[in-house]
This record gives sequence, structure tokens and C-alpha cells, in this order.
Amino acid sequence: MIHTRKLTKNFTVKKETIEAVKGVDIDVAPGELVAFLGPNGAGKSTTLRMLTTLLRPTSGTATVAGVDVSADPAGVRARIGYIGQGNGGGHSFRVIDEMMMQGRFYGMNTTDAAARAQELLQSLDLTDLAKRTVIKLSGGQRRRMDVALGLMHSPRLLFLDEPSTGMDPQNRANLWEHIMRMRAEHGTTIVLTTHYMDEADSMSERVIVIDHGRIIADDTAARLKANLAGDLLAVEVATESAPSVRGLLGRAAAGGEVQENTHDGVVSFRLRLPEGARLAPALLKEMNDAGAPAQSLELKPPTLDDVFLELTGRNLREGADR
Amino acid sequence: MSVQDVRDVVKRPGLVQVLHDTKYVFWREMLLPLRDPFSLIFSLLQPLVFLGLFGPLLGSTVGAPAFGGQSTLQWFLPGVVVMIALFGTSMTGSNLQYELMTGSYERILASPLSRSSLMIGRALKEWAPLVVQGLLISLVCIPFGFVFYPLHVLFGLVILGIFGIGLGALSYALALVSQNKEWIFWGVQQTLLFPLMILSGIMLPIEAGPDWMKTASWFNPLTYLVNAERELFAGNIGGHTLLGLLAASVTAAVGLVVGVRAINRNIS
Ligand SMILES: Nc1ncnc2c1ncn2[C@@H]1O[C@H](COP(=O)(O)OP(=O)(O)O)[C@@H](O)[C@H]1O
Ligand SMILES: [Mg+2]
Repeated sequence: MIHTRKLTKNFTVKKETIEAVKGVDIDVAPGELVAFLGPNGAGKSTTLRMLTTLLRPTSGTATVAGVDVSADPAGVRARIGYIGQGNGGGHSFRVIDEMMMQGRFYGMNTTDAAARAQELLQSLDLTDLAKRTVIKLSGGQRRRMDVALGLMHSPRLLFLDEPSTGMDPQNRANLWEHIMRMRAEHGTTIVLTTHYMDEADSMSERVIVIDHGRIIADDTAARLKANLAGDLLAVEVATESAPSVRGLLGRAAAGGEVQENTHDGVVSFRLRLPEGARLAPALLKEMNDAGAPAQSLELKPPTLDDVFLELTGRNLREGADR
Repeated sequence: MSVQDVRDVVKRPGLVQVLHDTKYVFWREMLLPLRDPFSLIFSLLQPLVFLGLFGPLLGSTVGAPAFGGQSTLQWFLPGVVVMIALFGTSMTGSNLQYELMTGSYERILASPLSRSSLMIGRALKEWAPLVVQGLLISLVCIPFGFVFYPLHVLFGLVILGIFGIGLGALSYALALVSQNKEWIFWGVQQTLLFPLMILSGIMLPIEAGPDWMKTASWFNPLTYLVNAERELFAGNIGGHTLLGLLAASVTAAVGLVVGVRAINRNIS
């Protein structure tokens, strides 16, 4: 459904070149649900804009829905849907009018467009706002309207640029319900960007991690976490037990870093442990046998944030240090 | 719930697609005035106020011979109509500026709508009120000695529509070029509009001016448009009409080429 090779975008601002996307290779098969995850400024939107023909690539190639973006941009636009990062509704228009026109732009007839609009208004909690002008909507309401606009027609390939930003949890859930239903009913291929790692984690099958315009990881969330991060284990022991526990944990971490902190006569250790849930019981037993029992133990499964930290040495939330 | 199946948007051959898309772009834009009837009625009546205040002064200020023996109104009315068309369609880009600031322009740019239709539809929306206004002021002027030739006037409005597509597309391009620097749009629009108007004999006969003005007016497409409208409003169709139609068509073609280029440049 999507194939890119060395896709690159440079911007020139005041004679300075910004390399926004640095030669990415992306392959997405029909029916996949893929999330681009990365901090602000990573190049997610720029990549999406090239794939949706809103920006011309500086170099490299991209085929979207079987059509080359440079050779036939109009052909690409006829085959895709796009929910951009900004607010798509015209300020002075009414919500329902924009939705109906959006349907017409995509070749729907009035009956289908009206039915689809009602369905989307209802499930995105916009029914009461249908006749309101866009400028009078709150930020969250506008975002829901953007999503409603983008879901009006049923494309075979849908791009969503940070669709859930600014939505409350209930509406995020509604959004996801729609996305999942489109997939189930139409087999829609879905590519979205997010900087909510929990969203990328729980919803998409495949996560492409982007940083500084490069793809630094591309796999299922589960495998990324298992391979790159491991569970976070925190153990507290009495000061006198610390030396033997230090040795035990050092061996278990297998070269990984073990952090240590002492306060109020308690020493707490923190380390990453691949397959921590499986190893922890044995580790506890070894500590008991060594006469150094744990006072408390916490085991946290890894998050994509941990993956990002492992890959870049930075926190996803801190953003790119550009 | 009737949800259509996944399918690609049907693409029609060139011009058919443009006309089809133009219809929807125009329709969307028309929702703005239609949803706001109060300001719509006000704007439709505005030319009457202008005409009522300016018309009586005209006859006494400029000698009657300059008007080729016609009644003042017969000469002045087509000028007013051209002027409304100018003001209206040159504003095409100004409404776009708001959409450029939000994601609205981007959403529509990502849709399958053809590039020309984005400009034509918007330009025609600025032209549409003129049809009502043109007919309205013609009717109102009948009791004051204006002879109304409805078919000629309608044809004149169509020529203005073609011209308006060109001017609207240029205005659209100007809005894209001056993105994030809105003052440039207004600066250029105002700076160009008034000299063009004066050098077309729209308000006062150019024959009364110095030679350099007459020469300059030959290079002004608006001159041919104004002359064509004067001929049509006088109930004749002749050489001026033909030249006016030509000037309007050339303006439309140039405007659309420049406009499509501006759209494409904007995404690189
Ligand atoms: N139109 C533009 N002109 C200049 N620089 C841009 C433009 N769009 C994006 N950039 C720059 O390109 C980089 C990537 O931006 P973007 O793709 O928007 O990142 P993301 O969507 O991941 O937050 C950033 O450094 C941004 O400032
Ligand atoms: Mg972005």
C-alpha cells in the first residue's frame, strides 16, 4: 500500500537547510495499522505530507496506493483520506455544512453523506453542535470535527496526523472505535502519527519510531519492548543486605546498569531485566537463601518511552533537542 | 447505516472534472453569504447607495459631450458594474487567508478537487452577487432614463464572470505568496487596483486625460472590458464586445496558469 525509498525532505529557511526527513524507507502492506511515534519535530508530519502530496519530496520515491506521488499526485488524492495536524473546518462555516461538503468533495451523494454525517456526529459527540459555526467550538470539539471530516468517506488508505491530540479519554476511545470499525468493515489501511506512547502501544500493531528525520525502530510494540527495554525491577533491602544483593543483581542484569540509592537505612536498587516476570521469583529466592531478603519489590513492564530512551538516550516527552 | 464501500474517487476527463469540482467549491463558498442573509441583503443593496450619491454629481461635473450623447446613467452604470466585479473578485484571496492559517486549506488541498476548481469556485462566489446587483441597479435606474437591454446586460455579466475567474485566481495566488505576511496581500491588492481602475476610464472618461494616460490605457485589459460593457449596456454588440471577451479570456487563462503554479510552488 505504501513503499518509500530514501524519501527525503529539506526545507530552506533563510538560507539555512533543515533536514526534516532524511531518506526513510517505509513499506506498509494493505490492511496494516501503523503508528509513527516520535517527539515534536521528528519529521512525522513532513513524512505524512509527502505521502499525501501536500509536500513535494526533495529526493527519493514514494508509491501510495499503487500510485507514484510525484508522477500522479491527483491519483493519490483520489485514493486516500487525510486528517491533518491542524483544524480542517473553515472558521465561518457550520459543522454540518462542512461535513456535507466534504462528502461531496469525495464524490458521495447527498443521501450517503447525510447518513454518514449523522452517524459521525452522534458517535463523536457533536450532534448538538451540528449547526454551530466552527469558530465557536472549543479546541477538543474542533479536533473531533476534524476527525469527523476525515472519516466522512471511506478511503482504502487513511492518514491521521496526531488525531487524538487535545481529546478527552472518552472521545479518544470513540475515535479508536471508529478507526477499528473502518478496518473491520473495509479493511482500511491506517497510518497515524502520535506522541502519546500509550496510544501507539495499545492500539497499533506496528510502531515506526522516528527521531531527527530517521527511522530508528520498526516493529510490533511488544517486540520492541521485549528486545530493547525489558521490565523495570525495583528492589528495596536493608543496608546490611546490600553487598550480597548488589552482586546478585549485577549478575542478573547481565551487563546492564544497576542504579542504587540509600535513604533511611534502606537501599533501593533499580535495573532493567529482560523477561523480568519470569526471572523475579528465582531472584527473590536467591536473595532469601543469601540471607538478604527483599523488603519490597516492584516490577514494571516496559513502555515505548523506555524503548525510546534506550534508543536515543532521551525521553520521548522531552522532545527533540534541536 | 448506509456507508459506502471503499472505493476511489472517480476521476473524469480534464474539463469535466474541473466543472464538476467547481460546482462544489462554489457551493461551499456560497454557504457563507447564504447562512448570513442580513449581510447578504445589505451587500446586495450597497451599489444602490453608491449610485444614488454619485450619479447626480456626474452629469454636472463632466460635460455631457464626453459621454457620446448617451444619458449619463447609460454611460456610468456599466462602469459601476465593472467596479463591483473588480472589488469582489480581487478579494478572492482574502477569504483564503483565514483558511491558510488553520488546517482548512490543507484539508481541501488533500482532497481530490482539481486545482483550477479551487480558484474558479472561489472567484465565482465573489462574482455571483454581481448578477443580482447588476440587474437590480439596472431596474432601479429605468425611471431615471436608463434603457435596459436585459440580454445584453446578462452577456456583459458573463464576460465579467470570465474576467473575474482570472482576477480571482491572481488574488488567490497573491494570498498564497503572502502567506504569514497578510499585509503584503492588502498592499499589493490596493496598489494595483486603483491605478488599473483609473486607467480604464471606469469612473471618468479617459478621453479627458493627457496622452500618456490614453496610451497606458491601451495596455490595461480593464479598458477593453469597460468598453465592452458600455457597448453592451447601450444595447449593441460589436467590436468592443469582442475585444472585451478576448481580454477577459486572456485574463482568465493567465490567472489560472499563475494560480496553479502558485499552488504547486507552495508545496515544494
Ligand atoms: N514548512 C516548513 N518550513 C520549514 N521547516 C519546517 C516546515 N515544516 C516542518 N519544518 C521543520 O521540519 C522538522 C520536522 O517537522 P515535523 O514534520 O512537523 O515534525 P513532527 O510532525 O514530527 O512534530 C522540524 O524541525 C520543523 O521545524
Ligand atoms: Mg507533527
